[in-house]
Amino acid sequence: MKLNLPLTKEKVRQLKAGELVHLTGTIYTARDAAHKRLVEWIEAEKKLPFELKDSVIYYVGPSPAKPGDIIGSAGPTTSSRMDKYSPLLLDLGSTGMIGKGGRSETVIRSMKRNHAVYFAAVGGAAALLAQQIKSCEVIGFEDLGTEAIHRLEVEDFPVIVAIDHQGTSLFTT
Amino acid sequence: MRTLDVSTLVEDIAQMCIEMNYYVDDQLLGALKKAARDETSALGRNILGQIIENDEIAARKHVPMCQDTGIVVVYAALGEDLQVRGNLDEAINEGIRQGYQQGYLRKSVVRHPLDRVNTKDNTPAVIHYQRVLGDQLKLTIAAKGAGSENQSQLRMLKPSEGYEGVKQMVLDTIRSAGGNPCPPIIVGVGIGGSFEKCALISKEALMRPLDDVSEDEISAQLERELLKEINELNVGPMGFGGKTTALAVKVNTYPCHIASLPVAVNIQCHASRHMTKIF
Repeated sequence: MKLNLPLTKEKVRQLKAGELVHLTGTIYTARDAAHKRLVEWIEAEKKLPFELKDSVIYYVGPSPAKPGDIIGSAGPTTSSRMDKYSPLLLDLGSTGMIGKGGRSETVIRSMKRNHAVYFAAVGGAAALLAQQIKSCEVIGFEDLGTEAIHRLEVEDFPVIVAIDHQGTSLFTT
Repeated sequence: MRTLDVSTLVEDIAQMCIEMNYYVDDQLLGALKKAARDETSALGRNILGQIIENDEIAARKHVPMCQDTGIVVVYAALGEDLQVRGNLDEAINEGIRQGYQQGYLRKSVVRHPLDRVNTKDNTPAVIHYQRVLGDQLKLTIAAKGAGSENQSQLRMLKPSEGYEGVKQMVLDTIRSAGGNPCPPIIVGVGIGGSFEKCALISKEALMRPLDDVSEDEISAQLERELLKEINELNVGPMGFGGKTTALAVKVNTYPCHIASLPVAVNIQCHASRHMTKIF
């Protein structure tokens, strides 16, 4: 099924665990170092590089783009490393996360409370996923290199609803 | 006594870094295709299909199959009748530096585990030396991603826990890893030696060809039984269930102390990237 972003809570509520979804629109990249800094900036009441409301955050540190390419390979990283930071971002309006692997109970509780969704992209499908990224721009934390915040425009970006807003999870272990 | 000047290695090492990250191993691709045919979960088949397509795209476009192009682990087996001229560590690191730059590979190494400042050239590598017979240098180079490495475990079992205890330890590790290490995985098991030796041989096990069966009877039986039992855990591709959790299990052993039974489980994701070259 096709889903256009931004991801409003109303759209989140229609998603069920197990559905294959093709995302089109804007998503933001952030992984370990960017999450740490986002939370520090929130605590310091500084303006963030992007608006959290209805945003989808993709846990990725792309490889460098070859000349003429938009982005290098760009598959998901392990989400559990972001578990410590995600509840605050969801409390402040972010509605979607893209990564791989399971999430903590605390994150799932926050997803239920805030009506947010966790998508999985296929880990290691980095060259395939990069083909669905149509533009890429660093918009914050540039000093973090691959871990900087990139704004990506994606088209039919394939993900799976791994945990929906009711807390239903596809993970078997 | 043969002489080898280390400066002649740099370009080859750079090329190996690039090739292992771009081009999936044929045997591995074959195993993924077989798994996609046999998988009973529809979602699992879809995921395996994406992985196969990804690996074909990476090879066709000459780009990394995974954005995590790893920290480089090197096994250098030095012949006793070979005289090495120059600093081999430096030559290996220079090859990596050039390969990761020229190949547009991600630089994923930090200089200190706690200050986390990126070295920006993917060095230093983790290098293991071995002395062997002969007058050649055999270099095995692996790109080890963190997603699967982080799910690896080591435990010091009691000898009384024996064969079944080892199996339980491996199955527990795979179950708790779930979807995190990007299944389907390859499982390297090191048994025996000491605390550090079993970790080392568990990674060496991952360098064996995918279809290789241990020559040791007990290890071969463990490999067979563990592969079957791991695939009955229903972890499945990316952790969403299915019968494809591991593509292979490799067990390496080493003699150990009468009071010890060390076991290490080193997990490798489906993007298993390593190459061997003899100089």
